[in-house]
Amino acid sequence: MSAKKGIPTGWEVVIGLETHTQLSTASKIFSGSSIAFGAEPNTQASAIDLALPGTLPVLNKAAVECAIKFGLAVNGGDDRHIAPRSVFARKNYFYPDLPKGYQISQFELPVVTGGSVTINVDGVEKVIRLTRAHLEEDAGKSVHGYVAEGYVEDGYAEEPAHGQSGIDLNRAGVPLLEIVSEPDMRSAEEAVAYAKALHGIVTWIGICDGNMQEGSFRCDANVSVRKFGDEKLGTRAEIKNVNSFRFLEKAINYEIRRQIELIEDGGKVVQETRLYDAERDETRSMRSKEDAMDYRYFPDPDLLPVEISRDWVEEVCAAMPELPETAAARLVAEDGITIVEARLITQSQAFVRYYENLREYSGSAKRSARWMLGEISAFLNREQLEIDDPEVPSESVVGTIIASEAAQEISKTVAREQFQALCDKTEADIQALTKIIEKHELRQAWIRYIESKGLKQVSNAGAIEKMIDDVIAANPKSVEEYKAGKEKALNALFGQVMKASNKTANPAQVTEILKRKLAS
Amino acid sequence: MSLNLSYASLKSLRAALDSKQVSSVELAEHFLARAEDALSLNAFLHIDRGLTLSQARAADARIAKGEAGALTGIPMAHKDIFVTRSWRSTAGSKMLADYVSPFDATVVEKLNHGAGMVCLGKLNCDEFAMGSSNENSAFGAVKNPWDTSRIPGGSSGGSAAAVAAGLTPAATGTDTGGSLRQPAAMCGISAIKPTYGRVSRYGMIAFASSLDQGGPMARGAEDCALLLDAMAGFDERDSTSLNNKQAATPILARFSEAYASNASTGAPLQGVRIGVPQEFFGEGLSADVRAAVEAAIGEFEKLGATRVEISLPRTRLSIPAYYVIAPAEASSNLSRFDGVRYGHRAKEYRDLKDMIERSRAEGFGAEPKRRILTGAWVLSHGYYDAYYLQAQRVRRLIAQDFQEAFKSCDFIMGPVAPTTAWKIGEKNNDPVAMYLEDIFTLGVSLAGLPGMSVPCGFGADKMPVGLQIIGNYFDEGRMLAAAHQYQQVTDWHARTPEAFR
Repeated sequence: MSAKKGIPTGWEVVIGLETHTQLSTASKIFSGSSIAFGAEPNTQASAIDLALPGTLPVLNKAAVECAIKFGLAVNGGDDRHIAPRSVFARKNYFYPDLPKGYQISQFELPVVTGGSVTINVDGVEKVIRLTRAHLEEDAGKSVHGYVAEGYVEDGYAEEPAHGQSGIDLNRAGVPLLEIVSEPDMRSAEEAVAYAKALHGIVTWIGICDGNMQEGSFRCDANVSVRKFGDEKLGTRAEIKNVNSFRFLEKAINYEIRRQIELIEDGGKVVQETRLYDAERDETRSMRSKEDAMDYRYFPDPDLLPVEISRDWVEEVCAAMPELPETAAARLVAEDGITIVEARLITQSQAFVRYYENLREYSGSAKRSARWMLGEISAFLNREQLEIDDPEVPSESVVGTIIASEAAQEISKTVAREQFQALCDKTEADIQALTKIIEKHELRQAWIRYIESKGLKQVSNAGAIEKMIDDVIAANPKSVEEYKAGKEKALNALFGQVMKASNKTANPAQVTEILKRKLAS
Repeated sequence: MSLNLSYASLKSLRAALDSKQVSSVELAEHFLARAEDALSLNAFLHIDRGLTLSQARAADARIAKGEAGALTGIPMAHKDIFVTRSWRSTAGSKMLADYVSPFDATVVEKLNHGAGMVCLGKLNCDEFAMGSSNENSAFGAVKNPWDTSRIPGGSSGGSAAAVAAGLTPAATGTDTGGSLRQPAAMCGISAIKPTYGRVSRYGMIAFASSLDQGGPMARGAEDCALLLDAMAGFDERDSTSLNNKQAATPILARFSEAYASNASTGAPLQGVRIGVPQEFFGEGLSADVRAAVEAAIGEFEKLGATRVEISLPRTRLSIPAYYVIAPAEASSNLSRFDGVRYGHRAKEYRDLKDMIERSRAEGFGAEPKRRILTGAWVLSHGYYDAYYLQAQRVRRLIAQDFQEAFKSCDFIMGPVAPTTAWKIGEKNNDPVAMYLEDIFTLGVSLAGLPGMSVPCGFGADKMPVGLQIIGNYFDEGRMLAAAHQYQQVTDWHARTPEAFR
């Protein structure tokens, strides 16, 4: 058996995820209201969203297209997993922020059935199967403890001490695609890898903005444990309210520990819904199966079944971007980079776009790939930026630096420093340079620039030899130490040469000549 | 010649308006005065003279500019199940006693804003259109103008009574299982429930979405044709609204053309085959109703039609199928009335859950509660297949039976209801007995077919009897035309209750 991080020996963990992705349509799934985030409460709620008497839902075709796109993306473009006829059903329950007293969802005939997502944990690939993906509308939001300023309407609860509850229906009717996985994950790490992969897909194909803080991408995890080798699944708990990958990992790990401890202490896991409390890092029971509601699902008679013709699927397919898997394979074939590099570059469409532009400006695919995963990724992580952020230096400038490095005009160190300077935007002349370079005078401008700054790499052996002679003469102590067998002394001398050359000396040549001179 | 405005046909009112014999404001004043005099019928729930007269003035302006259509300036009233921006919209329920809609139903837009008809107010009905006697209104029972100790039928009882008493020349109604046809029959007026999807449901307070259908009520078939033509049409706000070639054919054009070529022969309905289902004439049909309906079919034969005996074998099953499907949908449709955003909210409650429960317990009357409970039951886990799915299967079979029947006939004719209007209070303690009254109308609703009711005589109790005419999908124009031919040779539709002449 393979040991999994955080899982005691002898136990196996089974995890399935239900993910609600908010679709990036212009309007709600059954009304024309906007779905923009952060508007004043109830300013994006129409008569339909308020479920006023006499209102009827009309399906937003754009939401169906999002579901079709997803179905194609997780099935390698195969349209057989997209239902030719899909049905909306009513899920009936009462809640103050559910205006109709039912949620329009899908039950028996979802738009997407099947599919899979490939994850990679510690270099090991694994395929996670999908059960289904269905369309539904979001509910509104209850805001508790809300007190309407300066006025209390008749009929409100006369308990001012407890405050009042307000309902914001801006979110009611926002389109969601609920993606249900098979219980194929065996650790919190795998669950997070799956969630991240799914996040990558929905943002890649542009059906979801992926913003977890705003609730655009929410995961519920079904977690159970069993003794290793057991056939039968353990009783599961569903964890809700997880709004980041980090919390998903923590919540699942907490839940694994809780369930195993419970069983080891002779207890039994009960089927229930648990809420994750990030502040206390624990899950708490929200409702048990005994209080589980009977949703009385039935086909919504206000909406006709959605007929999804193959022509429509084809149309959607034609308008779809190249999928990450395909793009990665293409980059390996075209550019000769490794599949690991290609997977990392295909983490988002913007990333690929940046890479492809960089490749063009630098004239070197391999160097571009290395820079993407090295300098550029490090910068993005450090500054918490996305690749398409305007603060990220443009591909033309970075590509020119890489090209210059490739042509050995500047050293790698200078290249890095110049990139850093670009990122910091502290030097006025770098900004001026950016402007010049972006006027497409590129390389010539760059060469003039590095020459004027004395940054151009020196590969002239004579010049380097002269510098080395000076350094040897000025540092007899280091020379002695080196000759006595202290390898480290070479580094000190090397550093002195580089400093003397203003970091422009070709480092390989310096090392070679230095060693030769010292050996003599 | 002086026109009896109270009972004039829409065509003659048009002529009177066009020839300046009368203005729209005068017509509105006339009917408002009659409605106010007849408050004891309890047909109107909400009248607002100011609103009505402003619509009438606008209509007069249109007429003066020569921009009048066939219905411009003619008064009408809406069943209080259609939401209106100006008049309250109650659905006959305490739940919505003070509710004012921020928008007009599509039918209201079409008839009042589009065609330029003048709204006299809102008409009483069974609560959320649930009932066959109009005794289920939270605002009191409606009385039948032919005998005020009797029910007017339901659920569009206020509409039927108002037209029958000459309080309005026309009214809208809705039909889920017979709610246009049955009150029309019991009040001696004409009404048509169109093919499901003909008339937009947007702004119609929902009872059972897959069955609800709006339609007109008026004195004669020709009036109904004019009204339905103005009400019908695709509406992008209603996903179940029909948008095909057949639905796009104007009803009025079909109405006018249908039997024009035979008009001069004395046998205008030559070649028309009338199917008479044996199941509509069995046990339970009262003898006087049977006699009146048979006589009417005889009149159609005199007009050239031939009689064909047919069978609708699953007629009996329409009752259980309907009383599973309609409550199932109703239980869900009525969930929005929770006291949170609008409508009745309980004065006292402990918490949110308690507020919803008490508001609903107080706001709904007995019949909606009964149907919500039935509906929730048939949809619940473990019963869904046995009840709801089974009822849907039966529904499909019933629709097939009709298609089978239409292979041998053009129209199906029979009674609308087994009896004439009963006494107020007579069947109040036996809801099932009341449900059985719907046996002849439910199948048409389940199949989504058009069905109409035309007056065809009187029972032993001197109460009106209605003939039901059922057509195939989209055949409203021909049905109305056939009924119009019948009304050219009979005068049942022109009879009026003595107390309201």
